[in-house]
Amino acid sequence: MAKRIGMEVAVAVAEAVGLCDIDMAAVYPITPQSHIAEHLSDLVADGKIDAEFVTVESEHSAMSAVIGASGAGARSYTATSSQGLMYMHELLPIASAMRLPITMAIANRAVSGPLNILNDHSDIMPQRDSGWISIFVENAQEAIDMSIIAFKIAENKDVMLPVNINIDGFQLTHMVEPFEMPTQEEVRNFLPPFVPHATLHPAKPVTMGAFAMSDYFPEIMKAKDEALKNSKKIILEVWDEWAKMFGRAYKPVETYKAEDAEVLMLTMGSMGETAQMAIDELRAKGVKAGLVKLRLWRPFPFAEIKAAVKNAKKLIVTDRAVSFGGPGGPVFSEVKSALYAEAQRPVIYDYIYGLGGRDVPVGDFVGMFERVLADTANKEVDTYEFWGVRE
Amino acid sequence: MNIVENFDLYAPRLINKKELLSSGHRACSGCAEVLAVRLMAKALGENTVIASATGCMEIVSSMFPTTAWNVPWIHVAFENAASVASGIEAGLKALRKKGKIDDRYVKVVGMGGDGATMDIGFQALSGAMERGHDMIYVCFDNEAYMNTGIQRSSGTPMGASTTTAPAGKVSSGQKTWKKNMPEIMVAHDIPYVATACPSYPLDFIRKMEKAKSIKGPSYIHCFSVCPTGWRCPSNQAISMGRLAVETGVFPLYEVENGHYRLSPDMPKKLKPIKDYFKGQGRFRHLSAEEIDTIQGKVTTEFKKLTEKAKFLK
Ligand SMILES: Cc1ncc(C[n+]2csc(CCOP(=O)(O)OP(=O)(O)O)c2C)c(N)n1
Ligand code: SF4
Ligand SMILES: [Mg+2]
Repeated sequence: MAKRIGMEVAVAVAEAVGLCDIDMAAVYPITPQSHIAEHLSDLVADGKIDAEFVTVESEHSAMSAVIGASGAGARSYTATSSQGLMYMHELLPIASAMRLPITMAIANRAVSGPLNILNDHSDIMPQRDSGWISIFVENAQEAIDMSIIAFKIAENKDVMLPVNINIDGFQLTHMVEPFEMPTQEEVRNFLPPFVPHATLHPAKPVTMGAFAMSDYFPEIMKAKDEALKNSKKIILEVWDEWAKMFGRAYKPVETYKAEDAEVLMLTMGSMGETAQMAIDELRAKGVKAGLVKLRLWRPFPFAEIKAAVKNAKKLIVTDRAVSFGGPGGPVFSEVKSALYAEAQRPVIYDYIYGLGGRDVPVGDFVGMFERVLADTANKEVDTYEFWGVRE
Repeated sequence: MNIVENFDLYAPRLINKKELLSSGHRACSGCAEVLAVRLMAKALGENTVIASATGCMEIVSSMFPTTAWNVPWIHVAFENAASVASGIEAGLKALRKKGKIDDRYVKVVGMGGDGATMDIGFQALSGAMERGHDMIYVCFDNEAYMNTGIQRSSGTPMGASTTTAPAGKVSSGQKTWKKNMPEIMVAHDIPYVATACPSYPLDFIRKMEKAKSIKGPSYIHCFSVCPTGWRCPSNQAISMGRLAVETGVFPLYEVENGHYRLSPDMPKKLKPIKDYFKGQGRFRHLSAEEIDTIQGKVTTEFKKLTEKAKFLK
């Protein structure tokens, strides 16, 4: 049985990946992902992982190399952040179209410019439509668990899609938190060997990445969309299996004191824990506040979101990225469109906050609740605001 | 007896009869680039995995749901064939070591055009070569971005007219000298670098086989005549390739562990470059003086090469 230990989250993620019998990793360092790259290299250098570590010259090549290796049938891993993820962008939809079960950690960080190394979600949001399964984690335990679980989801023969795991940069990657690290034996029991359906090997020659024009292209796009939608069933099954083996249950949408809540807040990633403290504070004052945490970003959990917010009067969506000149933050537009056709739904507010690592203390979350409660005439609904930004 | 003139007699014995790039692909008639790719596949044999860049050769050979490839082949993007190949090599190495696949030796090959290699994929190639992967990279140099409509690349020769560096009233086409890609690869200190041309099939095949026998990175730069882009008759691709070699415009040589060697096919005395230029529409606008200037550069560069072959034997 695993014992409870404390460790820096990025290092712990590398340790967890090290338990997964990966065959190959190609990682290019970037703050705040670097500790994953460095610790994986240590594990390979010490012979603790029997894998090829390819010291690529860029993130573009990191993603290209894992695509090649995964195509060859190797269990392949990478990790990146911010500019590195933007640099990979071109290749992400290709990896999913080829149905390659690559897994990737993203230490979420603001995208330039100006250059900024701290946390927000502006790196992952532009990758939204690349056809990857996309998961957000809140704490060390989740980061570790999802790093292992991701392989099992990705490699399921009914999924065969790449997975990214979003871990807030610094705010989470550089924290030392207590967690339970599964043992090698436990991971071996949970994660079966990868059985690819076609590989780049002369034993059975295949062509991958062929050229398709209008006579086939739309069907290929539809197939990818269906594959991503259908992956939800498997994601839920794998999470259930994990809960049975390790006692930690995961759902696409998590709630906290939401059942009777009149005002709900929705968060993604590590901010959920701070928001939770705000809920406790507000509850102590008699405010019926609650929290909804969105863990599964793609495939988007429509039914779960609808069910979680149905009975609330107001919903505060929080965004850590901007859709410039658009309808608000990306999470806001997604949630709004999910609820559009619902007869019973809350009014929605959007606060864009914590950009470029700006600290968001508990009081700010309390402030957001107070602000929407004061808006009794619902004059501010359906708009977005940059929270705590100097004019 | 001249081997090329008696090709049918020799070919069955000297060349792998199996077609690993099958006919029915969509290359233009008279394309020497696709001929070169076909010869490369023959030389490599079946235990090969190829990663291709975007470009003519990718488009003509992989129209979904068909494929011309009888060896495992992957295309991902324009600028990353070398990194994809490096990942395949690493993946196969790990799987073999762990006993997850059969133990046969498989050669991984990256391939791309001059644009994919010398311009947009330059960094990826440099990285893969520097890391020392056990792979071959082959550049099929037709001296422009042909797939997208004959735009200039850093492999386009001085004076050639392309659609983005056209000859006009105040311009003579390409204003820069062709990037010396094989020398850049030599500077990577890799075990084997060679130039080749499908107009010399046996020389090309021998070089491919040598590259295949080397454990480590090797680079082949293959001069590939494109009748469509060069505006020459489609039945002239082979003779045009021979003229490029005979004039010293594209000398055939190899560099093994730093030792230079000119191929035996290189003539003792070079023909004038105007013999090579005159059959091609892309050079038609050049004046006698401009051709002289280019001739001067070709002569100098060839002299440098012969000196290297002398001193770095
Ligand atoms: C990132 C990117 N930029 C541009 C293109 C468009 N493009 C595709 S092939 C090509 C030119 C290929 O030239 P080369 O590598 O010389 O191969 P050739 O077609 O001449 O054999 C270009 C510009 C692309 N596919 N991807
Ligand atoms: S454009 Fe040139 S290189 Fe491309 S297929 Fe045609 S002849 Fe070959
Ligand atoms: Mg070209």
